[in-house]
Amino acid sequence: MVGIITYGAYIPRYRIKVEEIARVWGANAAEISGGLGVFEKAVPDYDENTATFAVEAARAALARRAVDVSEIRAVYVGSESHPYAVKPTAVTVGEAIGATPVMTAADYEFACKAGTAAIQTSMGLVASGMMKYSVAIGADTAQGAPGDALEYTAAAGGAAYVIGNDDPIAEINDTCSFTSDTPDFWRREGEDYPRHGGRFSGEPGYFKHVESAAAMMMERRGTRPSDYDYAVFHQPNAKFPQKAAKTLGFTPEQIKTGLLAPRLGNTYSGAVPLGLAAVLDVAKPGDRIFVTSYGSGAGSDAFDITVTEAILDKIDRSKAPSVESMLAKKKYLDYAVYARHKGKIKV
Amino acid sequence: MTVARFWRRIPQRYNLVGTKCNTCGDVFFPPRAFCPHCRRGGDLQEIQLSGKGKVLTFSVVHSASDQYSDQKPYVLAIIELEEGARMTTHIVCEPDEVYIGMPVRSVFRVLDEDGTDGVIHYGTKFVPDE
Repeated sequence: MVGIITYGAYIPRYRIKVEEIARVWGANAAEISGGLGVFEKAVPDYDENTATFAVEAARAALARRAVDVSEIRAVYVGSESHPYAVKPTAVTVGEAIGATPVMTAADYEFACKAGTAAIQTSMGLVASGMMKYSVAIGADTAQGAPGDALEYTAAAGGAAYVIGNDDPIAEINDTCSFTSDTPDFWRREGEDYPRHGGRFSGEPGYFKHVESAAAMMMERRGTRPSDYDYAVFHQPNAKFPQKAAKTLGFTPEQIKTGLLAPRLGNTYSGAVPLGLAAVLDVAKPGDRIFVTSYGSGAGSDAFDITVTEAILDKIDRSKAPSVESMLAKKKYLDYAVYARHKGKIKV
Repeated sequence: MTVARFWRRIPQRYNLVGTKCNTCGDVFFPPRAFCPHCRRGGDLQEIQLSGKGKVLTFSVVHSASDQYSDQKPYVLAIIELEEGARMTTHIVCEPDEVYIGMPVRSVFRVLDEDGTDGVIHYGTKFVPDE
């Protein structure tokens, strides 16, 4: 069955605390952290962007398992912060992992769910027999306008998945999506920062799509929340996934491992891929994982995943850094240096 | 750097592909087409370098050229790779972290870019290997 052959993650080492951002903008830090459940977020280095995250994550995946890169025939990178408006990030990844030139490649954009869209595309290509391996990546250096509500959470990071059906470490039993034209968050061509529908982005955006896709998946599979060991939901903050999980009937214990937002922020296209990577870092054979992403605009992709015996003997998870180890290795920036890192200071 | 000059160097910049002389065993990075020791007796072939090495010597650059001025102060070092080749490279770390003999590993980073509307030059830098 089609599934995850190997996986890799990347989180940059810099952080800024929500209270430091609040200090600059005269906001109440305790109220913001309390409302979002986010205390700090990851910030890229000067010389990092979505392409460097994607390459580091893909190389981490290949370090864990010796995949014949000549059999990788597709690379898809999902992001809303591709370094070029025109010129694919995916070809840089393909070149950097040695998979070029006999492969196809494209960049995806669907707000925060472009990474899971890449996983779905890869599943189709592999399951149809068109290729042995396809690489799906979700990575972002998310943008938030200075002082905007998004600035407290817009973070940086990504994860990569090699999809195939040759002894996967986790089988993807099923996937389904729920999609509609809902303008809850957008960025127009040429604009530096996105705009959003504020508090209206919750109910008609996140909750409607996540809960519908999740319910549809459990109906298709004939499962209940208690059938799963772990659940990962898109995490624009820590509160939304907790609320959606509760409504659907998942326990705080089930979502704890994949809930990175309090210490990482919202890595947009990287968020669900990183949450799933954190689960795979500790998962055992037989563990069942429920995953639902969300991308504004809007849509959700749900996945039902079962970890296999191959996670014990076909990959060496210690050959690449775990999500937890990258979250622990951090250096705090003040707002001024953070603004310089993010290119917010125009000279 | 012109666009063509950059893209001809993508294999060596992204993936640390050097050359090794099968006659004397020396490894070169950037790759050489000709062994300076064995000359006509040289036999060069491409080699994928591991990206692991150690710092031989370094400078902390406080007065940078325009394209790197937003990164100053930064560490520029000569490192020796496991395979024996030596190269000049950025070490991504705080200036007070670097020391002679420090183990390093390669990472994929932006080296520089041709302005805000030009090509982004990606390539290899090194970080402390902890």
